[in-house]
Amino acid sequence: MDNATTVGAVAHGHAHEHPHEELPFWRKYIFSVDHKTIGIQYAFTGLLFLLFGFCLMMIMRFQLAYPGHPIPLIGNWFGPDKAPGGIMLPEFYNQLGAMHGTIMVFLGVVPLAVGGFGNFVVPLQIGAPDMAFPKLNMASYWVYFLGGVTMVASFFVPNGAAQSGWTSYPPLSVIVQGGGQTMWLIGMVFLITSSLLGSVNFIVTIVQLRAKGLTFMRLPFFVWAQLVTAFLLLLAFPPLEAAGVLQLMDRLAGTSFFMPSGLVISGKVLTVAGGGNPILWQHLFWFLAHPEVYVLVLPAMGIVSEVIANNTRKPLWGYRALVYSIVFLGFMSFIVWAHHMFMTGMGTTMSAFFQTTTMIISIPSVVILTALLLSLWGASIRFTTPMLFALAFLPMFGIGGLTGLPLGLAPPDIHLHDTYYVIGHFHYVVAPGTIFALFAGIYYWFPKATGRKMNDLLGQIHFWGSFICINTVFMPMFIQGLGGMNRRMYDGGMLYGHNANLLKWNVVIGFAAWGLGLFQIPFIINFFSSIKWGTLVDRNPWQATTLEWSAPSPPGHGNFLTEPIVYRGPYEYSMPGAATDFTPQFEPERA
Amino acid sequence: MLNAFCIQRFALQTIMNIPYTVEERPDTGLANGRLGIWLFLASEVMLFGALFSTYIILRVGALEWPHGELSITLGAINTVILISSSVTMVMAWASLKMREWGKHRLYLALTFVLALVFLINKYFEYSAHLAGGEGPWHSTFLAIYFTLTGLHGLHIVCGMIVMGYFLGPGAKMWKTSPEQFVNRIEYTGLYWHFVDLVWIFLFPVLYLL
Amino acid sequence: MHSDPAAIKKSVRGYFMIGAALLVFTGITVAANRFHFVVPVAITVALIIAAMKGSMVAAVFMHLNHEKRWIYGALLLTVVFFIVLMFVPLLTVLDHIGTPLDTLRAAGERAGH
Repeated sequence: MDNATTVGAVAHGHAHEHPHEELPFWRKYIFSVDHKTIGIQYAFTGLLFLLFGFCLMMIMRFQLAYPGHPIPLIGNWFGPDKAPGGIMLPEFYNQLGAMHGTIMVFLGVVPLAVGGFGNFVVPLQIGAPDMAFPKLNMASYWVYFLGGVTMVASFFVPNGAAQSGWTSYPPLSVIVQGGGQTMWLIGMVFLITSSLLGSVNFIVTIVQLRAKGLTFMRLPFFVWAQLVTAFLLLLAFPPLEAAGVLQLMDRLAGTSFFMPSGLVISGKVLTVAGGGNPILWQHLFWFLAHPEVYVLVLPAMGIVSEVIANNTRKPLWGYRALVYSIVFLGFMSFIVWAHHMFMTGMGTTMSAFFQTTTMIISIPSVVILTALLLSLWGASIRFTTPMLFALAFLPMFGIGGLTGLPLGLAPPDIHLHDTYYVIGHFHYVVAPGTIFALFAGIYYWFPKATGRKMNDLLGQIHFWGSFICINTVFMPMFIQGLGGMNRRMYDGGMLYGHNANLLKWNVVIGFAAWGLGLFQIPFIINFFSSIKWGTLVDRNPWQATTLEWSAPSPPGHGNFLTEPIVYRGPYEYSMPGAATDFTPQFEPERA
Repeated sequence: MLNAFCIQRFALQTIMNIPYTVEERPDTGLANGRLGIWLFLASEVMLFGALFSTYIILRVGALEWPHGELSITLGAINTVILISSSVTMVMAWASLKMREWGKHRLYLALTFVLALVFLINKYFEYSAHLAGGEGPWHSTFLAIYFTLTGLHGLHIVCGMIVMGYFLGPGAKMWKTSPEQFVNRIEYTGLYWHFVDLVWIFLFPVLYLL
Repeated sequence: MHSDPAAIKKSVRGYFMIGAALLVFTGITVAANRFHFVVPVAITVALIIAAMKGSMVAAVFMHLNHEKRWIYGALLLTVVFFIVLMFVPLLTVLDHIGTPLDTLRAAGERAGH
């Protein structure tokens, strides 16, 4: 590292700084270029959006449990165009549905998992002073913020927010009147741009800024997960950005990219040029959206691996298998997308192709899950709060993954497509799956970010309550789906006779959702009170082995007091002959 | 404890600089910006790829596909302009490597002007269609034509903004940190050549086929 | 960075020559347009010429002919997915295997051929 060339030229906002001058508040906390501050910004914003998306779902679940009943307490907040007399209109239900999905995926989970955890932890775990492009990092956050504002604002325009599902299929999404859908598309363009800039940053950081001695096969698995995730975001998002522009043009410029010829709406032939193809949108959308679901899960697998290694006091089983699997998984995720399109009239050859690739992609997922399970064998398990969440991830993701198999095969998909079975499947992977892993990460890295530990009792209450309630929410959905109850029906399925025996589950799910919401209160209280009053801890309270635990808690600007050097692999716990049950990566060899 | 915190901050400020912003990392052989710009270009390949894929699907699904609606002459002229601008762009970088500041400025300004001429030509092309009421709404061919060339044109505008910056206020870095400046011109060049590359495919696909 | 000033001087000649070659190929592209090939052949010819021009820009102007492995790797991955994006959606639209023949016939009649 040559100081002479870089001192005058470091253009990352420090060239004109004097070493002991404090930055003004707005440059330290608002427009910061420090990855830790940006990570915390992403995390807070992401958590707020998760809460907002959760609230949208609660309103939906009330309608599903008691269709046509006025929404209690807040029913009059929505106005006559959304819920006259407090009774939800179908259009409003659709808005809630579309925005719940969009917000949870693009504004909640990914910003928290990648923007939050990735930004905060990755430079620390690889021994870097910051991300490779700190100003780009800041720009990524603010573009995401803009996208989020656009999405939320879309509720308040005439006709309300987007209401064609988070999948925004044309022709419906093109013909729906009002600014909401258009704002959704604009918001997506912002979010995609933010992700693209971020992914460049992550890849360059991980490739270029690893500390001395940190070879690729000594990287913590969390960093591998973020590396693969960044490639997924880099290469899969652009087609959706293009598709978003095309749909915007269909809506605003009257083009017919997705509008077929001769479309008749409410008895009138649509006056567009025609010649477009709605399936084209589906291809471009799912080309992203399938890798996107791996973006949702890979960081979670990374977090769970870190927490399990630390709390079993053993190296992870099969590190190499984990690495090869996650890379293979990332690659395969690009060639399975049309398993979301089995019902679009594809011929049997292409259908077979996608079924095959989908079956193949389950292999690396199983390898990863198995390796993590095997890591528990013979371990001295510490049931800390992060470990509880990490352990729960394994069977929850297992259920989610296994229930995906019949969906990935075309014949059973005929019966299950667009039913609650699908909703149950994907929520299991993301909600008790990824979100639990994210909770594990929060409890695990909170001491590094704040220098204090979160309260363990509140953590246990949070865990057990959430675990029981979340399973009660999503398990019945498999029953409903197998019974043929369709998704996206604002009356909870009342209209169809075959749903008659399944309707009672809506009430059960509604109560469980309330319980789930209530059990987040101990977490919220714990989180904020621990920032001020949590037990003070030293830099390595979990006795962990990875690099981030050698930095002060919280790390200052530049992270490390001395240049970090790596001497060994990431999970050297209980090494024979060692004095303690953990040998950190950064500890020099003893003579 | 406050003292320790202050001392810690002071120490950290002096250590804090991002390695490999200018010099190359030995094992990868890359500076950060070079890897960064190539990754960005990779994402751009996928962006235009989606539009090319759209073109393919729309054309295959079309009963008839128009021919002769675009001026091949203007398209060919624009191709020549962009190729020339690629030459001037790489020369702008090469001049810097040979420490010929004047030549660098000339070549960079030439690239900027050529880009402007390209855009002016496109303006004439677009207005010819729009004057006849034939915008992107008129047919799927025009829709994909306007979108592909429009997005490409937007990339040209962005390239011009960057070039304008390096012709203007950004040129100061040549005095303060020459190596980093040369790198930035190189990365701008990579971006610009990519824009040229896209047009090399756009021209035959839209104008000739 | 990767070459000293003397080596760059040699490359300069190369840049102008490639520039000239590109202009020549552009001329060939336009000239080839005068031959009325059948559509698949026309597409093939056009794409081959474009690919040759593109490779020259990439290899010489963008210095890809002596780049580092990480760049090659990232680009290879991109090219693979680019090809997937070009061909797979097309194949799903073209693949009629499994569609009953009379459905196909009826669709063909409606489309006018």
